[in-house]
Amino acid sequence: MPTGTNANTRRPDWAALIIAAGLALLAAVVAWDASRLGGGGAYARIGPQTIPYAIAICLGGLAFWTVIEAWRGDFPEREPQEFAPVLWIVGGLVLQLATISIAGFSIATGLLFGFVARGFGARKMWLTIPAGILFASIIWLIFARGLSLTLPRGPLEAALVTVVTGIGTAVSSLFGGVA
Amino acid sequence: MDTFLLLWQGLAVALQPINLLYALVGVTLGTAVGVLPGIGPATTVALLLPVTYKLDPAGSLIMFAGIYYGGMYGGSTTSILLNTPGESASIVTALEGNKMAKKGRGGPALATAAIGSFVAGLIATLALAFLAPWVVSVALAFGPREYFALMVLAFVTVSAAFGDSALRGLTSLFIGLTLGLVGIDLQTGQARLSFSHPSLLDGIEVTTLAVAMFAVGETLYVAAQGKRAPESIEPVRGSLWMSARDWARSWKAWLRGTVIGFPIGAMPAGGAELGTFFSYAVEKKLSKHPEEFGEGAIEGVAGPEAANNASAAGTLVPLLTLGLPTSATAAIMLAGFQQYGLQPGPLLFTSNPQLVWGLIASLLVANLMLIVLNLPLIGLWVRLLTIPKPWLYGGILMFATLGTIGANPSVFELAMLLVFGLLGYGLRVFHFPIAPVVVGLILGPMAEQQLRRALAISQGDVMVLFTSPISAVLLFLAAVALILPLVLRAQGRGRVLAAVAADSD
Repeated sequence: MPTGTNANTRRPDWAALIIAAGLALLAAVVAWDASRLGGGGAYARIGPQTIPYAIAICLGGLAFWTVIEAWRGDFPEREPQEFAPVLWIVGGLVLQLATISIAGFSIATGLLFGFVARGFGARKMWLTIPAGILFASIIWLIFARGLSLTLPRGPLEAALVTVVTGIGTAVSSLFGGVA
Repeated sequence: MDTFLLLWQGLAVALQPINLLYALVGVTLGTAVGVLPGIGPATTVALLLPVTYKLDPAGSLIMFAGIYYGGMYGGSTTSILLNTPGESASIVTALEGNKMAKKGRGGPALATAAIGSFVAGLIATLALAFLAPWVVSVALAFGPREYFALMVLAFVTVSAAFGDSALRGLTSLFIGLTLGLVGIDLQTGQARLSFSHPSLLDGIEVTTLAVAMFAVGETLYVAAQGKRAPESIEPVRGSLWMSARDWARSWKAWLRGTVIGFPIGAMPAGGAELGTFFSYAVEKKLSKHPEEFGEGAIEGVAGPEAANNASAAGTLVPLLTLGLPTSATAAIMLAGFQQYGLQPGPLLFTSNPQLVWGLIASLLVANLMLIVLNLPLIGLWVRLLTIPKPWLYGGILMFATLGTIGANPSVFELAMLLVFGLLGYGLRVFHFPIAPVVVGLILGPMAEQQLRRALAISQGDVMVLFTSPISAVLLFLAAVALILPLVLRAQGRGRVLAAVAADSD
């Protein structure tokens, strides 16, 4: 929740100025992209580029407004942020997306789990990563096998499928034998 | 009479055993996820959307309705026992509810919240059923310009009218609108903001954005706070049951909360929090025990919780009848409809009445299931609150990535999840609201279509927007909703608006 709105110090507010610069850059990109678009036919005075231009103008206006508020120190106070946990989590997400096509859903997501847990202070990664891989393979079984969602397969998933189908045939042959 | 018949047919759909099962799974999952600290209904719905991907449309929407109501219910449990409201609509509940829990009256607090939610949900869902056909008949007369004006009004109320800064609300909205530009322009087939990247041609997935903004962004934000927020769970001591006195003090508050909450949700006025604050103020004023407010007054839990649920049902009125999402949760639900190629709006009521009325009826069913399931199972839900943070957030991100690649199996989608997650984190750090980004993404392209249609009909004459009385009035209201708060804030009277900041829901 936003707390106090009357920030008093930090004038100008550099972080807010960077936000304003970002908005201005975004406006420029949108306008540049719109300038490449062709018209919408002979009749339409409003084409695919009209709304992008309007949005670019508004973004530019918002950038300007942000500069004013930054200058007057109107931006609310920020709580100090700890960046180490953020880096652990971002690292986990990057690691997951780098490994998921090779290692499969379970291993990649287990790594993510371990890294996120590390970000929240669980240091025993030798414990959290295997636990994560276990959870992820259960989820994979439920969603990919049970609900037929397409989730990346890797060596672990292949082994899981073999085991599960193996158990399935064993059970059915057992019951088949009884009957 | 017609409505009764349609609702009856809807109940016949909702009461099919398989649909009952879907509803049961929905409310259970919704409660289980919604009860987790820091997770509001919007996040719950976004995280659980993938569970419904492979079901048929009716079953999926029914499960969805259950998730929605379950998530709302779970949120109030968290705020009472943990004092960390998972959503802004629960802030008021936390105010009195947590005080009650600290005094060992957590049981009655949970009970009045649950029964109040039930009563409000029941009345509001019936109101939805009776109001919807009427709105539909009005909406059938709407042309592109009226829809465009309505969407402009929704943009303003979601982003600028409430909250503590029009600048930051509008900035969030325009970030969403910009993201909405990405992809192929439907009328001319030209790619916009796609930078020749094939994965961007289909545009940005609403679910990816919502999961990234809410789940990933929130996780990063909580992690960055370090160990500053010590949390203690109030054990539920003593009886779970409300005394006769509790009942006497609660029932009027439930009804008043419902009456306050429903219209606020039904109008495109943004989130549910507004109703909860009004209800709290009203209860405080009318109470015979005003001295108890701030110390754990049961009316202060009963009224706002009822208002919360009533406006949740209320937001379904514009969503189902006009296709207009007025909260982040509604925006994600709209995305859920669209994955089946269904466009909510007046036409859906005529083209697919079974589905719409089945959905409305299943809201009633979900509501009933919640009250039956949740009070007895409260111990189980409380147990979920004790999951250690590292495991909790590890699990949340696991589900976030599951939902993202489940919807769209590509590494690129995961990269977008990361990028938007960082964006969501940044927005939180600087107190930008999140909901306008999501609403802007889904509603922006729709508004553009309507505007271009309207202007194609008028051969480019912009005045056409003001010559229709309906659209002129709507645009006027939008202007008022934009300018009036700015004036109020300039006069230093913005604190009321800041108090009702739309944060998560």
